Amino acid sequence: MSTGNMNLTLKIWRQKNPDAKGAFVTYKAEGISPDMSFLEMLDVVNEGLIHKGEEPVFFDHDCREGICGMCSLYINGHPHGPKDAITTCQLHMRTFHDGEIIVIEPWRAAAFPVIKDLAVDRSAFDRIQQAGGFVSVNTGGVPDANIIPIPKVIADEAMNSATCIGCGACVAACKNASAMLFVSAKVSQLGMLPQGQPERYSRVQAMVAQMDAEGFGSCTNTGACEAECPKEIKMTNISRMNNDFFSAKLFREEGVSEHAAGE
Amino acid sequence: MSEIKQTFNSSLGKKLIMALTGLFLCTFLIVHLGGNLLLFKDDGGYGFNLYANFLTHFPPIEVIAYLLYLAILVHAVYALVITLNNRKARPVGYEFTNKAPATWSSKNMGLLGSILFLFIVIHMSDFWYNYKYTNSVAYKEYRTDLATGKTTVSDYTPPAADFENSASTENNVEIVRVKDLHARVASSFTQPWYVVFYVIAMGAVAFHLLHGFQSAFRTLGWVHRKYTPVVYFIGTWFFGVIIPLGFAAMPVVYFIQSLK
Amino acid sequence: MTLDAKIPAGPLAEKWSKHKFNLKLVNPANKRKYDVIVVGTGLAGASAAASLAELGYNVKAFCFQDSPRRAHSIAAQGGINAAKNYQNDGDSIYRLFYDTIKGGDYRAREGNVYRLAEVSVNIIDQCVAQGVPFAREYGGLLDNRSFGGSQVSRTFYARGQTGQQLLLGAYSALNRQIHLGKVKMYTRSEMLDVVTIDGQAKGIITRNLITGQIDTHTGHAVLLCTGGYGNVFYLSTNAIGSNATAVWRAHKRGALFANPCYTQIHPTCIPVSGDHQSKLTLMSESLRNDGRVWAPKTVATAEQLRKGQIKAGQVKEEDRDYFLERKYPSFGNLVPRDVASRNAKEMVDDGRGVGASGFAVFLDFADAIKRLGKDAVSAKYGNLFDMYYQITDEDPYSQPMRIYPAVHYTMGGLWVDYNLSTNIPGLYALGECNFSDHGANRLGASALMQGLADGYFVIPYTVGDYLATIGPKPVDGNHPAFEQTKQEVITRINKLLALKGTKTVNEYHRDLGHIMWEYCGMARTGEGLTKGKGLIQALRADFWKNALVVGANDEVNNALERAGRVADFLELAELMVDDALMRKESCGGHFRLESQTPEGEALRDDDNFAFVAAWGYKGDNQPEVLNKEVLDFEFVHLTQRSYK
Repeated sequence: MSTGNMNLTLKIWRQKNPDAKGAFVTYKAEGISPDMSFLEMLDVVNEGLIHKGEEPVFFDHDCREGICGMCSLYINGHPHGPKDAITTCQLHMRTFHDGEIIVIEPWRAAAFPVIKDLAVDRSAFDRIQQAGGFVSVNTGGVPDANIIPIPKVIADEAMNSATCIGCGACVAACKNASAMLFVSAKVSQLGMLPQGQPERYSRVQAMVAQMDAEGFGSCTNTGACEAECPKEIKMTNISRMNNDFFSAKLFREEGVSEHAAGE
Repeated sequence: MSEIKQTFNSSLGKKLIMALTGLFLCTFLIVHLGGNLLLFKDDGGYGFNLYANFLTHFPPIEVIAYLLYLAILVHAVYALVITLNNRKARPVGYEFTNKAPATWSSKNMGLLGSILFLFIVIHMSDFWYNYKYTNSVAYKEYRTDLATGKTTVSDYTPPAADFENSASTENNVEIVRVKDLHARVASSFTQPWYVVFYVIAMGAVAFHLLHGFQSAFRTLGWVHRKYTPVVYFIGTWFFGVIIPLGFAAMPVVYFIQSLK
Repeated sequence: MTLDAKIPAGPLAEKWSKHKFNLKLVNPANKRKYDVIVVGTGLAGASAAASLAELGYNVKAFCFQDSPRRAHSIAAQGGINAAKNYQNDGDSIYRLFYDTIKGGDYRAREGNVYRLAEVSVNIIDQCVAQGVPFAREYGGLLDNRSFGGSQVSRTFYARGQTGQQLLLGAYSALNRQIHLGKVKMYTRSEMLDVVTIDGQAKGIITRNLITGQIDTHTGHAVLLCTGGYGNVFYLSTNAIGSNATAVWRAHKRGALFANPCYTQIHPTCIPVSGDHQSKLTLMSESLRNDGRVWAPKTVATAEQLRKGQIKAGQVKEEDRDYFLERKYPSFGNLVPRDVASRNAKEMVDDGRGVGASGFAVFLDFADAIKRLGKDAVSAKYGNLFDMYYQITDEDPYSQPMRIYPAVHYTMGGLWVDYNLSTNIPGLYALGECNFSDHGANRLGASALMQGLADGYFVIPYTVGDYLATIGPKPVDGNHPAFEQTKQEVITRINKLLALKGTKTVNEYHRDLGHIMWEYCGMARTGEGLTKGKGLIQALRADFWKNALVVGANDEVNNALERAGRVADFLELAELMVDDALMRKESCGGHFRLESQTPEGEALRDDDNFAFVAAWGYKGDNQPEVLNKEVLDFEFVHLTQRSYK
């Protein structure tokens, strides 16, 4: 399936399973078209491997249009590759030059253990959201959608935070493997909207506690997360979350245990 | 109580402590620089020695000083704890160096902080410790004619080894006898390696605060569209440039003067 | 088989309320004695799982992705319809109902569609209460935009990512129930079969995609919320992982498959650039609010454009054919998707296509930029323009976008009655994987509406009725049916793993896609379909002889997952062709060249084809049996759909 004329050398991390010792393996990617996406280039490599009876490289991907947040890959020192504000599936090969050596690694974090090759387990993000990333309303019995006017600036800012796709690039980019950008985006979105107010201070405590339990590092405000985020989530969210967290811890009555207790 | 403990043991709580101690140390820098500017006063060290004496003998200041030492220790210890935790958060590093466009200072706060800690230890043992706990610092006597306002300086040898200071007025002449830290400073600053070390350390202060000051505000959550630029401005120009330049000027100026 | 859709009698507006009253209820104390399996965590699945758990049922939810938040509902861009009439522009539940029935070319059930329109308003309320950040006006109230196939503004949106925001809302509700222990979530798990006991669905068989372990799960009811089968075409706007395995396995266990030939080809996608392409990217239909679709008037000009001798901007106004505005003056660029797609294809067939391949027409924003300014256009569509730029390396601000239709949605799916129950008791189908509400063509911003309507507001009532009927006796996991089905699944996996031929699964999939696009795509003929059917059969036979599957079962094995899905597509494709062959009329997305009006519009044959075609599986390589559910139109008058 030779459709282009780029030839590349790939250094790819291969690791059989979470417990196995991994290593870099070098592959040639030949006949690559500049119009291919990075993942399509890997598809070509994988098809070649299958033809040779070898195991294809495993990497996570699904929607391939930059919204599901499933694709990852740390490419030449950047999560989602060298271009700003896109995911790996939106990265096209025209970004690279013929003959380039590309180093492809999985996200590296204790909280994101490698599953196989380039895919990591990001269920820590799910658990953080399960700890409190919601408004406790049941289906039905809610008021009319227009009953609470929300200033456009607030709605827009909440939307800015809500665009996070949960890919984990912030963790991958951070020198401390901190998840603060992700968690703060989720906390901020609900913390800014009127609907999120009743649980605002218990939510932030619950989510931060879970974040800490997952073994992420702490934020040192380097800004690498913001620079590498494919959705351009801002560090302002982190400050907002800190503010809510300290207000909650130091001045509010409600604690973590008050958050979304069972029936 | 356990909830408060929990708060400060959380990742955010630890950062809160870093931010608060850091900002406290920043305020101290302002005071310290203000006092040190007396070194530039051509009064035979009168103002500076009085200031040093005041700092070490006025009880409320002494309390604050101990708070300060505590803050330095807490800041350093927490930095260490946080750094170790952060290392644990990424047990396997990347093959390819991180290319994220974060500022150099923000990524090297630990290195800068270590230089500063080393500096503080040397600096305090040289001046503060010797000044306060040894008799290695000589004395000066300042006689000010209250009528003319003229001050004369002379060396003074105290009657007892544990003499601290005295101030009296005789015949309309004010006599102040204090330890002569000024001379000690001046002599230290004649050594080139010492001056170089000081200048490097002040460079470290500059880069540490360039990131640290605004970072503390972010950690505290004090971010606002209108005020954050002001914080950045202060962090960059006042703490990142003016203060370290002011401190670094002293050894440099004294060194140059010593060459004459 | 007689198909009873169980549509309640009575006036349209009272059907659902009356039906809800007649449904049996489960005593609150008994609800915790029931287990409900939900497969898929898109809008339908996540909302159903959360809502049922809130009621007190024990829910087991499954998704093949690493997180429920990644289901492909997330990719929906444009918006969600609701008959709120917030804009005071004449909208109503009845109008939404009518637009949807008409948009579906009169091949959907009146009762279902009316219910959909009715609960649409609750969906918006629900989502806002969850904290979904819909776009707002300066006054703080919700904003709306207009969408194809309607003349009112009733579409609620969250920038270009409404799907993600709605899914995150449903996901948050799901998370809350996981937190409370009412939902047990199984990620990276693929359903490979449904277990039936005495004709009732009682569980499923799954494969853990990390360890390869084959598990059985029991449940009093099984809800399939597994999305559409657009990936039969290989290239589509679906996610790479989107597949038909769950519904196809259910179909092979006896669930009827309805209207498989109804596929939606979306007009505003980024054209194919080469053989390497793994998927197509859609750009929201909302672009047609301000963009103008055109092709050159003459083949000669088109040729020059294709060869790159001239740029689009150099084509004079009088040499451009704004064909949608010309042919449909009242709807213009906002005609429904099937109409827009077919017209683009016509241009290309006419030799007037543009782009290097010639398979594209222009979507031009020059006028909008002139009228509104670049900033305003960027504020509205910036993310879509960026996306286009990333993929094509062309700047849509300075030159028109090139667009071409691509497979986007499948209106067909498992046959369900008014309760969303398939003909297998206890087996339900929600969202895109059922066939119910869109007829032969889905209007824009209606997929999100249907997924959430099914999950939040329909299934919590209707499944209760079934559960109350069967009683809370625990499902016996030791019943031989579980072990037997499990063994069948394992046998099939081993059969796939034994394939050590020369051609990769992906290559088969691509070949299948070419056949389907060619013979069962935007325009179909009896002759072409017959030929396609033969090609599919041959390809399928070849697959089971010559495919190459590497690796083992007890590990992460993408190749194996893929093989199972493609094997199912190879069977489903033939049914789609059969259905298209049988339906000798044109309607909505199904366009038979033999059946068109003199102006080239789809020509329905209501006398012979006003029915739902529900196909029954009769064994491998056996012809499927057609069951007809006649569509009664009591309230709307069937007309030739016109957007002129």
